[in-house]
Amino acid sequence: MEEIESESCDDEIVKKIMHVMRAAPHGTIYTYEGLEMILIMAAYDQDISVAFIDDGVYALKKGQNTEGIEMKGFAKTFGALDGYDVEKLYVDQISLEERGLTEDDLVVDVEILSSAEIGKLMTEQDVVVHH
Amino acid sequence: MNIGILLKEGPYNHQAADTAYKFAEAAIKKGHTIDAVFFYNDGVINATKLMDPPQDDRHIASRWAHLCQEHGVQMLACIAAAKRRGINDDVLIDCGTITGLGNLTDIAIRNDRLITFGD
Amino acid sequence: MLHTINKSPFGNSSFETSARFLQPGDPVLFIEDGVYAVQANNKFSAALNEILKNNPVYALAPDLNARGIAEITAGVKSIEYEGFVELVEEHQVSSWL
Repeated sequence: MEEIESESCDDEIVKKIMHVMRAAPHGTIYTYEGLEMILIMAAYDQDISVAFIDDGVYALKKGQNTEGIEMKGFAKTFGALDGYDVEKLYVDQISLEERGLTEDDLVVDVEILSSAEIGKLMTEQDVVVHH
Repeated sequence: MNIGILLKEGPYNHQAADTAYKFAEAAIKKGHTIDAVFFYNDGVINATKLMDPPQDDRHIASRWAHLCQEHGVQMLACIAAAKRRGINDDVLIDCGTITGLGNLTDIAIRNDRLITFGD
Repeated sequence: MLHTINKSPFGNSSFETSARFLQPGDPVLFIEDGVYAVQANNKFSAALNEILKNNPVYALAPDLNARGIAEITAGVKSIEYEGFVELVEEHQVSSWL
C-alpha cells in the first residue's frame, strides 16, 4: 500500500520551497502571516524548509508571553511544525550568537548551520519566500 | 516563461507595488506570461478600488486592473490577510479575486518562477 | 540564485546579512533603496568590492536615477527593468526584504 502511494506521488511536481524568517515576531506581522503561509503550503506535499536569520531567530525564543500585548503567541506553532511534516528548520549560527542565544533558548529542535551552508541550500530551491 | 508575483506590501507606502508592476510590464513585453499577482500582508490593500490618489500621481489599483484586463494576469488577494484589513468583495478592483493561500501554493508549483516584492 | 536587495545598507542589515549567504557566481541586484549600497566611495564600498570578486553585481538604473546616484562602484552594472527580467530568466530569485 505504501508503495502505491509513493508511486502515485512520483507524478506530482514537488518543489523545493524555502521560507526565510528575518523579522522579529510581534513588532510586525510578517512572521505570523509567514507561519500561516507555511502551514497551508505544508498541506500540499511540497519540500518545505524554513530558515531563521537575523531577528527571525527571536520567533523561536522560549518564554514568550504575549498576554499583555493581546496578540496571539505562535512560538508553540513553530514548535509543532513537524506535525505538519515541516521538519527542515535551519537557524543561522551567527544570527543566534549575535543575539547571545544558544540552541537551549529555542522552543524547537533545529539544525544550526553556517550562513554559507544555508546559502547553499537556498541556491537549491525552486522558490524562496522572505517574510 | 511563466512567472508568479507575490506582493507583500501596500501601495504608495513602499515602492514594492511600483517595482512589481514595472517588472511585470517588462516581463510581458519580453514575451513572458505573468500568471498571477498574489497580494499578501498589507499587499492586499493593492486590491481596493477605493483608492483615489491625486490626479497627477500614478493610480496603482488601475495599473493592476489594466494588467488583468489587457494581459489576463490574475489579481488575487489572500482571504485571511484581506479580512484582517477590511478588504472584501465590495471594494475589490475589477477582475480581482479573494482567494486562499492554497492558490498561492498552486502558483508556486505551476510557474517557472515565483518572485516576491515587499518591504 | 538571484539575490535582490531593496533596503539602504545604512538603515537595514539585509545588505550585510545577505552577503554571508551568497554562493560564488550568484548574481546580486540592488533595487529600490538598496541602490544606495552601490554609490561610489561610501562606507560599504569595500564590502561591495569583496562581493564583486565572486559575484556579478547589478543595480536598477531607474532606481539609481530616481535617487540622483550617478557615480557607482566600478564593476557594478546598471540595468533597466528589462535586464531585471533577463536575470530572472536565468535564475530563481531570493528577494531579501
